[in-house]
Amino acid sequence: MSLDKTTVAKIAYLARIEVPEADREHMAGELSKILEFVEQLGEVDTTGVVPMASVVDTGLRRRSDLVTDGGYVDAVLANAPDRAGSYFAVPKVVE
Amino acid sequence: MAYIQGETGDWEVVIGLEVHAQITSKSKLFSGASAEYGAEPNSQVSLVDAGFPGMLPVINEYCIEQAVRTGLGLRAEVNCFSVFDRKNYFYADLPCGYQISQYLQPIVGKGEIILDLAEGVSRTVGITRLHLEMDAGKSMHDQHPSKTYVDLNRSGVALMEIVSEPDMRTSEEAGAYLRKLRTILRYLGSCDGNMEEGSMRCDCNVSVRKPGAALGTRTETKNVNSIRFVMQAIEYETRRQIDILEEGGSIVQETRLWDTSKGVTRAMRSKEEAHDYRYFPDPDLLPLILDPAWVAQIKTTLPELPDDKKQRFIRDYKLSRYDAEVLVAEQAKADFYEKVARGRDPKLVSNWVTGDFFGALNKAGRDIDDSPVSADALGGLIDLIADNTISGRIAKEVFEEMLASGKAAAAIVEEKGLRQVTDTGAIDAAIEAVMTKNPDKVSEYRGGKDKLFGFFVGQVMKATGGKANPALVNEILKTKLG
Repeated sequence: MSLDKTTVAKIAYLARIEVPEADREHMAGELSKILEFVEQLGEVDTTGVVPMASVVDTGLRRRSDLVTDGGYVDAVLANAPDRAGSYFAVPKVVE
Repeated sequence: MAYIQGETGDWEVVIGLEVHAQITSKSKLFSGASAEYGAEPNSQVSLVDAGFPGMLPVINEYCIEQAVRTGLGLRAEVNCFSVFDRKNYFYADLPCGYQISQYLQPIVGKGEIILDLAEGVSRTVGITRLHLEMDAGKSMHDQHPSKTYVDLNRSGVALMEIVSEPDMRTSEEAGAYLRKLRTILRYLGSCDGNMEEGSMRCDCNVSVRKPGAALGTRTETKNVNSIRFVMQAIEYETRRQIDILEEGGSIVQETRLWDTSKGVTRAMRSKEEAHDYRYFPDPDLLPLILDPAWVAQIKTTLPELPDDKKQRFIRDYKLSRYDAEVLVAEQAKADFYEKVARGRDPKLVSNWVTGDFFGALNKAGRDIDDSPVSADALGGLIDLIADNTISGRIAKEVFEEMLASGKAAAAIVEEKGLRQVTDTGAIDAAIEAVMTKNPDKVSEYRGGKDKLFGFFVGQVMKATGGKANPALVNEILKTKLG
């Protein structure tokens, strides 16, 4: 499978990564190579094989319903570019 | 079938609902931060909920149990193997850039809800699935001219998304579906169903078509937070779609918002392109595997559910279907009824509980748990009616007094001398007096004017201050006038 420039632009938009027009052709080639490499797996017959969720033989770890965390507003907001009182403040996004 | 009349003939509305029901857990789905409503902004946020790098989600076992309970309560298949996926999109109140949800393999599969509609009609609506997911944070757009404020307290709170089949055809059915679902969730205790606080929110999928035609293009109106608004949004959206189609236009498949203040739906500005969610299994979470024995054990802890309770009330208490539905709508109401009905005439009790009693609660704006009249006190009043101490009419007066003073029915009857007159001598005398005072009416009655009988009953009751036993008055009047 090979990607074209338009697809590269769409993926970049979905990932919110800015890829200048001039770089898209090159990026399409790079990404296509990665896909081609992975596509080798298609040669293996996986009929009837259940997808592997994990290589460790263990179940999903569960916790009890207890309040054990939270209560540190300043730590949560420490990396915020902007705050207003105890809120994160971000550029207005209105629907 | 209810059709909507348009310029070009009848239209059928097709409605499917997606309900987000917040699980009644103390802590969040994947973190130990509190899930309680109404705290100071960002005070109930763990570094997991804030999407800090390297933080790992650990699932809350109680939430799994509530999803299973709810699935069983909806008579649905519980899937002992389910998978968590990442639903990817960018928004300021979604710190990870993805929501952990379940996509292809949800924890609960197909089930059903029976709607109790007016006039004893019921209708079964299919449940497509129920899955577990985390909530996003809350954005506030009205606090600053150019900024949006974000509170992540809700980020990571456990939700059950319950998706219906497109089986509803009117806004009333959609309303009945939400009421019934809320009743079931409250019986199960898995969600408090409080729509004002956002613990139950609804997305409405609506399309219209000519009767018998293929499904039309649908729109999805998101996050409607009351049953009334859901019904209004559906009605508005139906009319809007019919108008567009009848003018030769076509419906755009899109996400819309309900504008409460204007009473309209409007398109969200974001492009459809943004809804390419690129789901994939969350590498931080292994598949959720349930032990069938655990599921079976949870099943034994389910309460009697509203449909079963209704059937039992109809069968054991000989109640009408309507009365049974009113009583089972809330578990506390049904319990109250059963407490009063123990050892008493179930029909008489039902009339009092669903009539005067619920009326008084409504008027006072009080919950049944906070009722001014206890089940025992109401039972005491009903006993006085049953043994003919007071008539039903006087009982209403006593009930008002019980509400006002909190005194027992028997005490009020004694104090106010409301005991019913069953002494035939006293009734005889009252009748004689009325007949003597109205000789013309007596002869008219005897001359064939039967309707005057009611006049005589009224006069006698008036003369005895409403305390004469109505059955006795009727009986004696008939003999004397006859």
